[in-house]
Amino acid sequence: MEILSPEEIVESFKAALGSSFIDSKIYQREVAVKKNLFQAIWIYVKREAFRQAVDLICKLQEYPHLSIISSSDLGDSVELIYHFTIYYGQHLKELSLGLCLNLPKNDLTIPTITDIIPGALFAERETQEMMGVEVVGIPDNRRLFLPEDFPEGVYPWRKDEKGPHDLLRVLPGREKK
Amino acid sequence: MKNEGMETTYTIPVGPIHPALKEPIRLDLKVDGEEIVDVDIIVGQVHRGIEWLGMNRNNPIQNIYLAERVCGICSASHPFAYVMAVEQAAGITPPERAEYIRVIIAEIERIHSHLLWAGVAAHEVGFDSVFYLVWRVREKVMDLTEYLTGNRNSKAMYQIGGVRRDITEEQFPQIRKTLDYYQTIFNQLKTVFLDDRTIRMRTKNVGILKTEDALKLLVCGPTGRASGVTKDVRQDQAYGAYADMDIKAITPDVLTGTVVGDIYDRIVVRLLEVKQSIEIIERCLDEIPPGAILAEPKMAKVLNTLKKAEGEGVGRHEAPRGECIHYVRLESGRETLAIWRIRAPTYVNLMAVPTMLKGAQLADVPIVFASIDPCISCTNRAIVVDLKTKRKTLLIDEELHQLCVEKTRRLSNELAR
Repeated sequence: MEILSPEEIVESFKAALGSSFIDSKIYQREVAVKKNLFQAIWIYVKREAFRQAVDLICKLQEYPHLSIISSSDLGDSVELIYHFTIYYGQHLKELSLGLCLNLPKNDLTIPTITDIIPGALFAERETQEMMGVEVVGIPDNRRLFLPEDFPEGVYPWRKDEKGPHDLLRVLPGREKK
Repeated sequence: MKNEGMETTYTIPVGPIHPALKEPIRLDLKVDGEEIVDVDIIVGQVHRGIEWLGMNRNNPIQNIYLAERVCGICSASHPFAYVMAVEQAAGITPPERAEYIRVIIAEIERIHSHLLWAGVAAHEVGFDSVFYLVWRVREKVMDLTEYLTGNRNSKAMYQIGGVRRDITEEQFPQIRKTLDYYQTIFNQLKTVFLDDRTIRMRTKNVGILKTEDALKLLVCGPTGRASGVTKDVRQDQAYGAYADMDIKAITPDVLTGTVVGDIYDRIVVRLLEVKQSIEIIERCLDEIPPGAILAEPKMAKVLNTLKKAEGEGVGRHEAPRGECIHYVRLESGRETLAIWRIRAPTYVNLMAVPTMLKGAQLADVPIVFASIDPCISCTNRAIVVDLKTKRKTLLIDEELHQLCVEKTRRLSNELAR
């Protein structure tokens, strides 16, 4: 397997995605006594090119490891970061690759990637119930962690009016914030 | 013989509370006779809202101690990954000596965790004498943890920008003595676990996870390595003192010559990793550089830096069960974290359980499930907890407390009469 440097990976994404490629960031840090490099890449793409970007990652490594999907409420939009790692299994060659997408609040949908990476199911189910991002084509639409009697339309990770503020328990003798 | 129109499979719920499970989780097993046809996993019974607290209540330094309490066993792994993520986000570099101390503590934890698992696994197959033996052996490493950190389990060693306590030259002989004890007992443990006929019968060719399935289901840690996935964060990525050592991911073929991916292989991997941990700690003791243990000893200053800092970071550490990852984002002017996302290894390893259990016997469920070394509290860590729903069956603490108080009063009134 040919191993590309972080700069080469960013270039290959730029060339393949064209105008759908928004931005990138490379993080490097020297570690401990021998000063080996810890490396991480962040790539920002438009939603339309999401599946294509995942396919590109699968070309870099046949089975990329998807650690988790993190999501943040930015006000008008929701940012999803798919935390991949590639080139594992080789001494100090692994790269953390964060694939970042921005979804506007009026259209919170994202296609599933469970057909490419079956193990992404838990992370997608969790993103769906916690952030209210609809994963289109998800094979298992149930909730993951939330109990069945948790109210519909409330998403614990949201910071807007759909957040869990009304559900917070106020301790006896305290004011509600 | 199959009767037309009659259902031949039954669904047996195991859990959330069940003697075979050490923590609450529900497995819905679809069985045909004794054989398991399908498995569904229902999680979420031990949510504690830890990430929410980190984003709404605590400052980043208080979060270290919260991260330590994500898991009772990986109480070094979560803070390790967390402080690395925060350091990355704020641009803090820990001193070299601290990197070595971090690794020593993390490896001591691995020895204790793997021995704990070995005991549980022995207990699951009904081999309680081995369970007692292993847990007695494990006491030595617990004593060492207490000697170095002051606690048996919650180590409280990690700090943003370094570690809280030094490991001094005077403490080295005690560490070496414990490591020597494990070196001498290692072969005995190996014989007990790998050569015993009963254990072999229960674990060989049971709960198989093939390499390709492991890769597709993103399985990590010893469970993945036992299926031949050579993924180990300590080997793959430069972090801590691991970056200075040539660590190699351990797969079972080192000992047995082949990779089967069954429970036996998972025992092999974990046993060999105990030996690997001993070697790593010995190397750390030999090579530990002198110097400071904290980049900035004044915590108020660190807090101030973090409050002004803007950035994101991802910290990854190979916990005893697999890759543990923390993602952190700091926003300038905000006292808490903007985003905190935790993923514990069991989160992904659970997804492999249905594959392992399909075709197995009902009696194999406890040991197959235990073989991934599941840590449920770790996985179910993150949601706002509120029980004030309309259902009458749920009681919140205050109501329960109130009932309790009322009962006391009623009883004392009756007594007074």
